[in-house]
Amino acid sequence: MTEVILEISRWAIPAVLLFVPTYGYLKGIRVYEVFVSGAEDGFRVAVKIIPFLVGMLVAIGVFRASGAMDLLARFLDPLLSVAGIPGEVLPLAIMRPLSGGGALGVAAELISHYGPDSFIGRLASVMQGSTDTTFYVLTVYFGSVGIRRYRYALALGLIADISSLLAAVVICRAMFGG
Amino acid sequence: MVNLVWLLMLVAGIAVAGIQGRIAVVTEAALEASQMAVNLALELIGLMALWLGLLKIAEEAGLVALLARAMRPVTRYLFPEIPQDHPAIGAILMNLSANILGLGNAATPFGLKAMQELQRLNPSQEEATPAMCTFLGLNTGCIILIPATIIGIRAAAGSTDPTVVVGPTIMATGISMIAAVAGDRLFRRLYGRRG
Repeated sequence: MTEVILEISRWAIPAVLLFVPTYGYLKGIRVYEVFVSGAEDGFRVAVKIIPFLVGMLVAIGVFRASGAMDLLARFLDPLLSVAGIPGEVLPLAIMRPLSGGGALGVAAELISHYGPDSFIGRLASVMQGSTDTTFYVLTVYFGSVGIRRYRYALALGLIADISSLLAAVVICRAMFGG
Repeated sequence: MVNLVWLLMLVAGIAVAGIQGRIAVVTEAALEASQMAVNLALELIGLMALWLGLLKIAEEAGLVALLARAMRPVTRYLFPEIPQDHPAIGAILMNLSANILGLGNAATPFGLKAMQELQRLNPSQEEATPAMCTFLGLNTGCIILIPATIIGIRAAAGSTDPTVVVGPTIMATGISMIAAVAGDRLFRRLYGRRG
C-alpha cells in the first residue's frame, strides 16, 4: 500500500510532463514555443512577491525565535485540553498556518520522538498533511497582484485551519484510540 | 486584521525577547527571515516558469477548457460573479487539482496565475474581491488525497504502516473544505453588497 501510494506520487509530475505536451502536439500546437511564451511570466511574478514575503517572514521569524510562540502555546494549553487536543501537538497546531518548513520540522520531530505508529505520531502526521500554510498562501497570492487589503480572507483561512485541526483530533481519537 | 496580526507578532516577539534579556535574537531572526524571503522568491521563479509554460500548452490544447466545462456546476456555485468561460476559472481548477493530488509545488504557480486573472476582474486593484477570498479559503482548506510528504517522513522514521494516515487526512481535509465553503458563504453575506 505504502509503495503504491509513494509510486503514484513519484509518477504524478512525470505523467503531467508527458501527457500535456504530447496531447498539445497531437492537437497541432507548437509545444516548445508555446511553453516558452507561457514561462515568461514566472520571473516578474516572483519578484513582485518579495516585499510581501519579507514583511511576513520577518514578523513570523521574530515571533518564533523570541520564544513568544512557545509562550502562546503554553498559554493556550489549558484551553485546548478542554477541547481534547493533546498538549504535545500544540506547537505544531500553532506553527502550521505560519511556516510550512517550520511545521514540517516540528511534525518530523514529534514523529521521531513519539514514534510514527504512536497516537501522537499519527495525529501529528494527519495535522501536517491536512492544512496549508495559510499565512504564506495569503502573503504570496495577494502579494503577486499587489492586493493589500485582505478583507475576510485571513479569517476564512484560519477557520479552515481550526476546523481541520479539530477534525484531525476527533478522527484520530475515533480511529486510533488514545 | 492582517495589520493587527502582523504588528502583534512583532511586538510580542520583541517584548518576550527583551524581558528574557535575549534581544539580539530579534535582530538575527529579522535579518535571517528577510534573506529567506528572497531565496524563496528566487526558487519560485523556476517553478513558476515550468508550470506556467505547461499551463499555456494545456490552455491552447483545450485541456483546461475541458476541465472547466466538466466542473461548471461547482464553479458556478462557488464563483457566481466570474464569467464561466473566463481564464480565471481554468487556473483556479488547475490549482485545486494540484492541491488535491498533493503536488504542492505546482499549486502555487497555478494559484498565482488564477490571482492575476481574478485581479483583471477587480475594480479596486488594492482590495481583495469576494472571489479572491473564496479562492484562498478553498486553497487553505482544500481536500487532499495524497499527503505524499508526510508518508515519506513516516516511512523514513520506520513506521510499520506509513499510509494509515491517508484516510484520516482525506476526512479531516474534507471537513475543513466544507467549513471553508460554509464560512465563505457566511462572510459574503456579512459583508453584503460592499464590493
